[in-house]
Amino acid sequence: MKKKLITFISMTCLTLTSCFSFTACGNDAESADTLVVLNYGKYIEADVLKRFQQETGITVKYEEYESVEDMYAKYKAGSINYDVVCTSDYMVETLRKEGELIPIDYNSLTNYKNIDPTIIEASESFDPNHKYTVPYFYGTVGILYNTEKVDEETVSSWNCLWDPAYKNQIVMINSQRDAFMVPLKMLGYDINTSNTKELDEAFDMLCDEKKYVYAYLMDETYECMVSEDAAMAVCYSGEAAMGMEYNDKLAYTVPKEGGNLWIDSWFVPRTCKHYDAAMKWIDFMCEEEAATENFEYVWYATPNLTVAANEDAETLADETVFPTKETLSRCDLYSAYDDKTLDYTTTLWKKLKAY
Amino acid sequence: MTKIKKGTSYAYLGLIFLFLYAPILVLIVLSFNNSMSRTVWGGFTLQWYFNLPSNDTIMDALWTTLRITLSSSILATILGTSAAIGINRMKKRHAAIMLGATNIPLLNADIVTGISLMLLFTRFTSLGEFSVVLAHIAFSVPYVIFNVLPRLQSMSDACLEAAMDLGATPWYAFYKVTWPEIFPGVLSGFLMAFTMSLDDFTITYFTKGAGVNTLSTMLYTELRKGIQPELYALSTLLFLLAFLMLIATNFKSINKKEVAR
Amino acid sequence: MINRFRTSFLAAPYAIWVLICTILPLFYILGYAINTSDGSFTLSNLLAIADPIHLKSLGLSIQVAFITTVICLIMAYPVALILHNLKITNKGFIVFLFILPMWMNFMLRILAWQNILSNNGILNGILSALGLPTIHILYTKVAVILGMVYDFLPYMILPIYNSLSKINDEVIEAASDLGSSWLNTFIKITIPLSKDGILSGIIMVFVPALSSFVVSNLLGGGKVLLIGNVIEQEFTLARNWNLGSGLSIILMLFVLASMSIMNKVDDTENGGMLL
Repeated sequence: MKKKLITFISMTCLTLTSCFSFTACGNDAESADTLVVLNYGKYIEADVLKRFQQETGITVKYEEYESVEDMYAKYKAGSINYDVVCTSDYMVETLRKEGELIPIDYNSLTNYKNIDPTIIEASESFDPNHKYTVPYFYGTVGILYNTEKVDEETVSSWNCLWDPAYKNQIVMINSQRDAFMVPLKMLGYDINTSNTKELDEAFDMLCDEKKYVYAYLMDETYECMVSEDAAMAVCYSGEAAMGMEYNDKLAYTVPKEGGNLWIDSWFVPRTCKHYDAAMKWIDFMCEEEAATENFEYVWYATPNLTVAANEDAETLADETVFPTKETLSRCDLYSAYDDKTLDYTTTLWKKLKAY
Repeated sequence: MTKIKKGTSYAYLGLIFLFLYAPILVLIVLSFNNSMSRTVWGGFTLQWYFNLPSNDTIMDALWTTLRITLSSSILATILGTSAAIGINRMKKRHAAIMLGATNIPLLNADIVTGISLMLLFTRFTSLGEFSVVLAHIAFSVPYVIFNVLPRLQSMSDACLEAAMDLGATPWYAFYKVTWPEIFPGVLSGFLMAFTMSLDDFTITYFTKGAGVNTLSTMLYTELRKGIQPELYALSTLLFLLAFLMLIATNFKSINKKEVAR
Repeated sequence: MINRFRTSFLAAPYAIWVLICTILPLFYILGYAINTSDGSFTLSNLLAIADPIHLKSLGLSIQVAFITTVICLIMAYPVALILHNLKITNKGFIVFLFILPMWMNFMLRILAWQNILSNNGILNGILSALGLPTIHILYTKVAVILGMVYDFLPYMILPIYNSLSKINDEVIEAASDLGSSWLNTFIKITIPLSKDGILSGIIMVFVPALSSFVVSNLLGGGKVLLIGNVIEQEFTLARNWNLGSGLSIILMLFVLASMSIMNKVDDTENGGMLL
């Protein structure tokens, strides 16, 4: 009897230990021809990923994240050694200031010449002297609205988000930086201000707005607009373009006070173990065919100049996808907050949500 | 009188099931929707079902999910059942300590469990598919224990002792007396562990290694561009499969009852 | 008696497991909670619960979790009773019926609730077709509670059903034979005997409801800030793991306290008082 019990226990133990040992030998991923890529969710055409692996013989371990903050948490924990990462401007700056970036060897990138110099220039705000990044996509933050419920005149100013006539018809963007950007622009302040008085003013306006807001949304915004549950929504240009594809009544604009221009770029983090493969990856992303395929899938503005040759005039004239020079002149990039300002705005944001 | 009572009972049950299955009906309808948007009806189509087998990302995620879910729930059931038997025989104070510890994964917010396990795994091993399995065992074992333990506690020792007095080995006695009694608990514990593992996002997200994707971690990143309708089709199929299994396993017992009447 | 000692060793692998995968990670969290970001000792992360924002969201969480638990209990008890009276031979069947919906991904099901509840959604469609006024429910506290009741209801039904099925029917028959009314039997016998199920149901609903954040994210439209949301945001948005850990420790202590109160109730003779 005792024997059987002991067998039972030891079997359980064995199963468990074998699990552990399996883990130990199951992770031999550090071979030379693999590449660990981290990118936003749904931010690449699957075929491009497949072609890269076929053409270079490099096995890609492709990781996706939902929000910049998730990515930061996972990166900071050091749980995975990423080789190449794509993320947004101010997060790049944060990581750069923390010394997490490795310079890019631009000479090894044969397709780098395809990238729009104006966007490279704009990137200087988060990557001075342009040492660490290669732009991937860019876009704006503006208002997506239902032309049957709201006229163009109304949405020409951010003021419309405080219009009692649209109570429970307004979708506000559920992102701290972007939400604060709106009142800051209206008040004529710098969107990167660290002045607590200016931030407090913006906060009071957001609290005032809350009673009209139907929901604070990010990813579901376009579905909400497509189904006509709301009349207007603050959202990213790509989100807007997607919504407009499903519902003809929708239109997008960046109000006259101006908005935010964001740039998502590739960079190489300190954890990189396969630098050459990472360069190949970035170069591949700049290639004409890959960039075109990605653009047609992602539908954000591409900084790749060669893509234009493959697109029809209608697409290129689409101001939702490609913001005009005039729109861009009204838009600013975010810069990273210092720790104190980050704490301060996060507390304000929390207060707003609990308000 | 009893007829009315029976009628209201059935009506009430019907309402509860409607409540529980309404979203599923919506999702099944969406799987036939010829539109990428989930709020627009674009006509009836079967294309998502046909596209499904050739969609590599979804199929990969499906197999990964099944591997993780099956192995973690089986291991959790073994671990949990033996733990429950052990705890049942412990002194009261020791048992209380064990149960207190068992409660911890249930009390913690998912994100706290996820991040703390991630910290643990990165320290002692590396993240991969198996770290997810370990994490899933960690949060599903309590469900097994809490399903099995009440069954053990409600059992009287007399039967077991009688069996052994009559010469049965403890193992045989366990098999013949205890096991049939606790089996429903083990089964529902297993099912719960399986389902919790199938459904989990947060903990998986933080404990998975690069390139490992389960259906739920995939879904969350899908939100950005709208969910691929193939996923509705896959969910519908999974659901129907489970439903058919349920019917099949119960067909016999229902049949028997009809005959008995 | 010998048997008593031997089988308790079956819990040994689990005890080791608990030490490694439950207790050890807890110390990581505790480590973050009692340190500042630059590594010096502090209690401020634990005391931060006294901050009005945190108190408010904790209060809201308790309120939502309490309402959810009460609704679940009221909805679940009759279900368990009816199912028990149906005398279905295969108990696994019942368990399965309630677990089955979970085979569709949780987030998909909650998204489906968005389709049902939204302004132009299915529910309002039905209401207006019937000539009734439409309701604004999505992205309110009501929607969050509905989502939680939906999510946790099976965890209330199953334990109650389990405990009912353990009651010896002869006891109830005996009671009615001795002239006790149905209601009287129900209050005096059925409820006290199913007390264990009720209690574990309450725990299995109240505890996860208290720390949940996904439902309020998806159905609350970012307007309902529960303590779970605060903790999640400290870990992600605010990048303040120390504060997030401090708050989770407090939340855990809070849950432990409420559970020990419930266990006290369990020890008293009159278990029916919970209803």
